[in-house]
Amino acid sequence: MDISTEELKSVSVMGVSGRVDSATAPDLENALKKLVETEKTQIVLDLKNVEYMSSAGLRAMVSTLKAVKRVNGDLRLASPSPRVEEVLRLAGLTSIFSIFASRDEAVASF
Amino acid sequence: MVRKLTVPGRYDRLEEICAFVAEAATAAGLDDVESNRCQLAVDEACTNVIEHGYDGEDKGPIEVICDARLGELTIVIQDFAARFDPTSIPGPKLGATVEEMAIGGLGLYFMRQVMDAVEFSYENGGNRLTLVKRKTG
Repeated sequence: MDISTEELKSVSVMGVSGRVDSATAPDLENALKKLVETEKTQIVLDLKNVEYMSSAGLRAMVSTLKAVKRVNGDLRLASPSPRVEEVLRLAGLTSIFSIFASRDEAVASF
Repeated sequence: MVRKLTVPGRYDRLEEICAFVAEAATAAGLDDVESNRCQLAVDEACTNVIEHGYDGEDKGPIEVICDARLGELTIVIQDFAARFDPTSIPGPKLGATVEEMAIGGLGLYFMRQVMDAVEFSYENGGNRLTLVKRKTG
């Protein structure tokens, strides 16, 4: 799994690629935590290049969403693949997260 | 065709386990979506073995046995941990709001959602989980 972050206006965009499973989800959770700790709480997680995600990845995303919601921020998702979208749907998360077809749309939504 | 993979119980072996299951799914004639569901179920099962069964990494091995027949894949996951009682695991709380959500127990929930059969037994000094996926259509 690889993570890259860029700032677009007031929004932090984190691009993730590869597998997000129990081996790699702690790294994703830590990277998201670091953003929140530096008061970057308007976050887009670009999932376009995530080839696989298990419940470990979902846990990292949900814990971050809870943290940013408490300070009126949001974690929005961009371009999940059908495979990742199915996992989100199975967990009932498609109604919890705001999900956008592209990174640009997700950024513009803030 | 029966294939067997034995790996140490470590999270960094999940990718190898998933690749092994994907090969068997192809041999059974399952499509990509069905193969992905098998990989998800096995990943969640092995994560539970490491996290809850062995209580950490490098505490014991995991055996994965795939029996691929045309249109049906049976996957057996054997560990050597203390007996696991699936009824002791509460289901995830998939609430209407994020604050209400508690997604522990999601692994077992996923397995039951995506597989046609999920059976736990205690054999050979450990837990034996049997997962079955049948081709649809």
